[in-house]
Amino acid sequence: MSISEADVRHVAMLARLALSDEQVSRLQGELNSILGNIEKMQELDLEGVEPTSHSIPLRNATRPDVVKPGLPRELALLNAPEAENGAFVIPRIVGAEEGA
Amino acid sequence: MSLDVSKLSARAIRDGIAAREFSAQEVADATYARIDAVEGPVHAFNELTPELAREAAARVDAMVAAGEELPPLAGVPAGLKDNMNLVGTHTTCSAKILEGFQSPYDCTAVRRLLNAGALPIGKCNMDEFAFGSSTENSAFGVTHNPWDLSRVPGGSSGGSAAAVSAGMVTVSLGSDTGGSIRQPGALTGTVAMKPTYGRVSRYGIVAFASSLDQIGPFARNVEDAALVLNAISGHDDMDATSVRESVPDFTANLADGVKGLRIGLVRDMLDLEGLAPEVREATEMSVRTLEGLGAEVGEIDLPTSRHGLAAYYIIGPAEASSNLARFDGIRYGHRVSDATDVLDLYMRSRTEGFGPETIRRIMLGTYALSAGYYDAYYGTAQKTRTLISQEFEAAFEKFDVLVTPTSPTVAFKIGEKAEDPLSMYLSDVYTIPMNLAGLPGISVPCAKSGSTGLPIGVQIVSKHFDEATMLRVAAALEGALGLDMTPPLV
Repeated sequence: MSISEADVRHVAMLARLALSDEQVSRLQGELNSILGNIEKMQELDLEGVEPTSHSIPLRNATRPDVVKPGLPRELALLNAPEAENGAFVIPRIVGAEEGA
Repeated sequence: MSLDVSKLSARAIRDGIAAREFSAQEVADATYARIDAVEGPVHAFNELTPELAREAAARVDAMVAAGEELPPLAGVPAGLKDNMNLVGTHTTCSAKILEGFQSPYDCTAVRRLLNAGALPIGKCNMDEFAFGSSTENSAFGVTHNPWDLSRVPGGSSGGSAAAVSAGMVTVSLGSDTGGSIRQPGALTGTVAMKPTYGRVSRYGIVAFASSLDQIGPFARNVEDAALVLNAISGHDDMDATSVRESVPDFTANLADGVKGLRIGLVRDMLDLEGLAPEVREATEMSVRTLEGLGAEVGEIDLPTSRHGLAAYYIIGPAEASSNLARFDGIRYGHRVSDATDVLDLYMRSRTEGFGPETIRRIMLGTYALSAGYYDAYYGTAQKTRTLISQEFEAAFEKFDVLVTPTSPTVAFKIGEKAEDPLSMYLSDVYTIPMNLAGLPGISVPCAKSGSTGLPIGVQIVSKHFDEATMLRVAAALEGALGLDMTPPLV
């Protein structure tokens, strides 16, 4: 499988990255080189093999359903680039004409 | 005469304080004096925390004054990788996007280390978000190897390794996703250990790949590493993947020797391209040394493990791309000031805030998880992971521990691999399979290069939750070799 420039731009959008043309071009080469090497993995016979997502046998980890304090608001906002009235500030999402 | 703690063991420091030979405050003073002398050219730290260290020292000294029994790491200077939160410190992951981030709570492993009496000396440099094997991918400058300042200390926990190697701290914590503790341990001549996945809580560490990450110690001897493991291990309600397995005293069997233990040299790993002959020889010599101490030595091939690197470079980036989605410029971290809408804010804040290797891994992981490629890459990698685990299970029916090189080479030059991601990725070929299988591994210094004098490490691997046997073998090897691993810098 070879990654095209359009693939790189598509993946960058999925990853929410605004890449320059120069970054797109360099990443296309690097990703193709890395994935070319990774494809060696396909040599293995994986027929009927179950995938592993967790290396240690673990049953459901439950705890008593007891209310505990969470992160206090001032700590949650401690590192906010912009905060106001105890909330994170973000750019307007709903259009101005729809009213606030 | 002023106190020099740069070569003292954790036990010697704790016992010296208990015997009132010196105070914890004097240990803190000596530590920062040492840092003043050698940190400049090494750059192991992103932040020093003398106020926190002196508060901790005062608590230890108050215990001495009150005649109380001191905890096992009382007054022991400790470095913390800069991806671990500790209130009163910044946690940056050596990333521009997290510059100035104030820790809102404590990482459990750090809290446990400090509860055992350790002094928090500072936050150690690392590859950005732990992506790398050289600590060159730090937004705050490269860490230099105390053995040769023109060389890398390994990575990603290179600052934690260099700080211990250079005698600036007695022990430190790192994190290991594919070798990020063990490989810098090998390159700096320190004892460096990744515990079994789940042995140590991951709460409060900035996640890289959640199914692979594990916190562990650096130390200048095996016993100190075991003491740190004692302190940080055990279930934590805040991390559902931390296990309820009982935690033994990992120092209890260190002197038991290796007589009768079955030790397997992983033969086909010695044939991998890129393994330096001197590392191969040092690995074989280590196994012969253990045989001379009474171990039953055999050989085994692990042919599937060589595919670990490929599986890792799918699974690691896939999990990382998901974990790093949280950096959106809204709740914390770098944010562009002139965003036109929320999408523009996400995209430009992320792109400006992440370094080149972070962007590379996010792209690789997002691609591997994207529609149409998921089965071919992520699915295949997870099945490969199963085969690697099964191969290790079979090997541990024949052997108590396995022995491999830790790193294919000694420390390489700064800049040597910086422009070639693939050759950098190969640095972790011997350590990655253990993360995929969740196994514990330790790197122990075993030789110095004949040509460069640089340290060489050997990796010892044991079954899940059998760190005690691994540490016992490591201690026996350390005792038999009797190496002085003080770098020439210091």
